[in-house]
Amino acid sequence: MSDILRFREDETVDHASVTVDAFLEQTNSNAVRIEPGDDARALLQHLDQIKLVEVNFPVFGDGRGYSAARVLREAGYDGEIRAVGDVLVDQIGFMRRCGFDSFEPEKAFDEADAKAAFERWPEVYQPTTDGRTPIWAKRHG
Amino acid sequence: MYKYDQYDQAMVDTRVEEFRDQVKRRLEGKISEDQFKPLRLMNGLYLQLHAYMLRVAIPYGTLNSAQMHALADIADKYDRGYGHFTTRQNIQYNWIKLEEAPDLLADLAKVEMHAIQTSGNCIRNISSDQYAGATADEIIDPRPYAELLRQWSSFHPEFSFLPRKFKICVIASDTDRAAMKLHDIGIQIVKNDAGEIGARFYVGGGMGRTPMIAPMIRDFVPLDQLVTYSEACLRVYNRYGRRDNKYKARIKILVHELGAEEYTRQVEEEFAHLLDQGVEPPLAELERIKTFFPNPPYDKDASDEIDRSDPDFAVWVDRNTAPHKQAGYAIANISLKPIGGIPGDASTAQMHLMAELAKDYSFDECRVTHAQNIVLPDVKKSDLYTLWQKLDEAGLGTPNLDQIDDIIACPGLDYCSLANARSIPLAQRISERYANNGKSDVLGELKLKISGCINACGHHHAGHIGILGVDRKGVENYQLLLGGSEGADTSLGKITGRGFDEDGVIDAIEKVTDLYLDQKEDGERFLDTYRRIGMEPFKEAIYE
Ligand code: SF4
Repeated sequence: MSDILRFREDETVDHASVTVDAFLEQTNSNAVRIEPGDDARALLQHLDQIKLVEVNFPVFGDGRGYSAARVLREAGYDGEIRAVGDVLVDQIGFMRRCGFDSFEPEKAFDEADAKAAFERWPEVYQPTTDGRTPIWAKRHG
Repeated sequence: MYKYDQYDQAMVDTRVEEFRDQVKRRLEGKISEDQFKPLRLMNGLYLQLHAYMLRVAIPYGTLNSAQMHALADIADKYDRGYGHFTTRQNIQYNWIKLEEAPDLLADLAKVEMHAIQTSGNCIRNISSDQYAGATADEIIDPRPYAELLRQWSSFHPEFSFLPRKFKICVIASDTDRAAMKLHDIGIQIVKNDAGEIGARFYVGGGMGRTPMIAPMIRDFVPLDQLVTYSEACLRVYNRYGRRDNKYKARIKILVHELGAEEYTRQVEEEFAHLLDQGVEPPLAELERIKTFFPNPPYDKDASDEIDRSDPDFAVWVDRNTAPHKQAGYAIANISLKPIGGIPGDASTAQMHLMAELAKDYSFDECRVTHAQNIVLPDVKKSDLYTLWQKLDEAGLGTPNLDQIDDIIACPGLDYCSLANARSIPLAQRISERYANNGKSDVLGELKLKISGCINACGHHHAGHIGILGVDRKGVENYQLLLGGSEGADTSLGKITGRGFDEDGVIDAIEKVTDLYLDQKEDGERFLDTYRRIGMEPFKEAIYE
């Protein structure tokens, strides 16, 4: 677990996650893994019981996971959302904005590069559930 | 025009530094070319046949003179003394060194320009009507809406890894000069019966190998929901657009496969959800942006008369100027299509000159058109003659707007790694042929467009005459299409039949235009005649 970059204080779920289908059939698990083709909205009725959602990125170019994370956050989910798989350091800034709060990349990040990626952007144009104030809100007080 | 505040400037400056860091990591071997590729693509940097090509964004095609001067300086400093204006109202440089690209971007940032999202599977630079703000036929200047969407789409955290590239166009007039319905999202700003301004959404148009005209999915989106509605359109696409096949990944395929009705239903559902998410900037932001697009201080007493005693000038006025909303003014088009020239190319000297002329005669503004020409939007009629003389002296006074030699051509096999065939030399030869046979003038409006492959960057589907480069057993071959159009009466061209070699296609085009001249009835343009008599007679003339 040492390769997980995490932005949460609570305890990590320490068992394996199940697929969305398996979760919906036997809803006693608290960790689910979303594949790119899965509909994150299928989980919305069960958010109370979920502590960890892993969103898999088999290839970095498949951006469905960004929407999945936002859909969950917009529905009020406040458990962990972890990006796993082909997660590159140049994407984690965007992922963070979409609601990911932990990262388990196939290839570990260079620590300095990861730090730079999170700290780089002083401003943002769009509001998301990450709470950052968009530029237009600053302009209009 | 829009001016950056400290926030916009910070975003662009940050991007320059980020890219400098990415290039450094690439040159140090910390990231592979595979990993670097999507990063450089998000900065408009392509690896082409001979060198890197950099595409610079010109938001909604609008430039001031300082920016045009800077583009000229960049052509000198980093390229070979010229730039290429594209069908997406951008400019491309073809001979860029990777090590120098970060400095180039820093130079751009100094004049509030960038190459952000000019390639890659993200929301691209937003295009608009090149006559925006100046033409008599629009209900309002569409550019503030385009600017609002530019900011919303820049560095969008959710939509930077879409199934495919995504192009948005915003216009505000019934006369569509920007091929709006051939975009992923085409927005027409309209007025409803109650006199309120809103946005009409067309989604799922495009060219490429499966050209489609976008269906309208919503006839009126209130202005305080414009961003939210766009976000809904994009989210449905990001979640459900196809990713299994690059050629089926554009939104037009999703809309087509779901049907416009089902796609619309999903968008409306997402929209209803997003309305509660607070993604929409307040109307005050739109009002702030609008203040950057005031009417220039027109001279209300300017004379509406034009002295036409110089016949060459009179021809240029008839062909290359368009009516202006303000009496005493005209919209002037600068043709980047000299006889035998490379469509859309401009030298450093020509760019500097156009910048000066924009400053002296058009309130410091010029525009790039999707037909690869330049527009000076606000020229006093009494200045036209001097302007034309200066243009003509620099090889920029060709009076051929919308004529057969005003050719749109993609870079083709001379630069592009995807090309099947050359576009540029073919365009040059067609232009020369029609200069020599003297038929360009009698043909009148006839839009000819050439793409070097099925990707259709040269918009061949939308040409009255279109040419598509294909590969036939390793030999360059050209297919001919007739009957395309991109305006309010958008239609897609049809292939005439078997293809031709380079000489063959030029001869075939001349047979087509000869038949038109023979068959045309009073006042008919080529397109009108084609629509009246159909493909058959043209086929007979070509293949007999
Ligand atoms: S149409 Fe094809 S050849 Fe022409 S620029 Fe586009 S990709 Fe390249």
